[in-house]
Amino acid sequence: MMAFVMAIVKRDLLLILRQPADILNPLVFFILVVALFPLGVSPEASILAPTAAGIVWVAAMLATLLSLELMFKLDHEDGSLEQLLLAPYPGWSLVLAKVLVHWLISGLPLVLLSPLIASMLFLPLHALPTLMLSLLIGTPTLSLFGAIGAALVTGVRGGGMLLTILILPLYVPVIIFGAASVAAAVQGMPIDGYIAILGAMLVFALMITPWASSAALKL
Amino acid sequence: MSAINWRMPRWFYQMGSPKWFYEWAGRLQPWFAGSAFILLLWGMIWGLAFAPADYQQGNSFRIMYVHVPAAILSQSVFMAMAVAGAIGLIWKMKVAFMVARSCVAIGASFTAIALLTGAIWGKPTWGAFWVWDARLTSTLVLLFLYAGVMALNQAISERQTAGKASAILAIVGSINIPVIKYSVEWWNTLHQSSSFSFTEKPSMPAEMYLPLLLTVLGCYCFFSLLVLMRTRTQILQTQSQTSWLAAHRDIRGE
Repeated sequence: MMAFVMAIVKRDLLLILRQPADILNPLVFFILVVALFPLGVSPEASILAPTAAGIVWVAAMLATLLSLELMFKLDHEDGSLEQLLLAPYPGWSLVLAKVLVHWLISGLPLVLLSPLIASMLFLPLHALPTLMLSLLIGTPTLSLFGAIGAALVTGVRGGGMLLTILILPLYVPVIIFGAASVAAAVQGMPIDGYIAILGAMLVFALMITPWASSAALKL
Repeated sequence: MSAINWRMPRWFYQMGSPKWFYEWAGRLQPWFAGSAFILLLWGMIWGLAFAPADYQQGNSFRIMYVHVPAAILSQSVFMAMAVAGAIGLIWKMKVAFMVARSCVAIGASFTAIALLTGAIWGKPTWGAFWVWDARLTSTLVLLFLYAGVMALNQAISERQTAGKASAILAIVGSINIPVIKYSVEWWNTLHQSSSFSFTEKPSMPAEMYLPLLLTVLGCYCFFSLLVLMRTRTQILQTQSQTSWLAAHRDIRGE
């Protein structure tokens, strides 16, 4: 089964590397959304710094959503999804592979980009490790919950807009604790509790979402 | 393995048949309609006209007799929807998906009523229509979850597939229910704690909480009535080609 997962991961990464626009577009979108806040709200450091954590988290969430639709769509259109589901491996292993690929192309680059974004928004330097840590634990949860939505709208007309309505309510707890952990770090408060809850949500998502998404794919 | 011999009671399987459900629901409907009418009328008149005014809030507290039942129902209906969806997925019952589909709009309406009445009450009491309190926010998320289930039901035209997809979403979304329920205890924010619990005596005097109890029970009966009616309508819509329906006295008008 490990070989099955790795084979899908390798194949999908190869396919994506040949279409680099698919990875780059969400990242450009991420930076653009963040750049809108100083323009729309205020360029003052005194206003941006306290809101930086929330802005980065919201932008990361939107960027994740943008690339979610592609998780199963292309495979569904050319028929390979059906073949993959017929393979003698459980459906959740397929979902886990797809989620891993999605996180590698959307979540991980966001984590790596976050120092740049945070400095653009005047986030205090001592809160930066917390921001990266919370994104590192939080973005896989976003990809996992997103897989349910992506699986549900596969083959549905106008799926992209529907996907956002289905998934954003499920993202609320992640953004609350993700942004709260950074806010706590800015004020020099302990962050262990927030990070622990983010970790608990990741474990919980790992438990239920692959199962639910594979059930949704097989409808 | 004794687990294999374990069965649900017979009536449970019979409910899976649209014909059985249609007749059973038709027989139950008048009872729910009657008790909803009596309980709501009794509770509302008692609560709105005769219950003593609150020593701090005066008469504005009386919106509670609408707000609390709507808020309780908004969560219960979501659970009912998720349970019906799970029954549909596990036992492959078409009727269960229809019940779940009937719940969506009713639950969304109760959630909207709870938010609206809360806002009206909040303005004189808290000084604001809306605060980003844990319970208010999680109830708003509940409204969005209803909207998601509704959108998914509309987007998939094939009823069976729409039912299965919505069931999965409802089950995953029901994670939010305990968060709403316990938000007032975990975060201890502005919204006051629950009016009722099974283990403690209410903090209100009896002439205030008994009418509330009546309206809550009345709303449960009203919800049951609506679900049965809406499910029967869906059975009529989807089973119109079947012979049992053509022969049914409801259709023949005898």
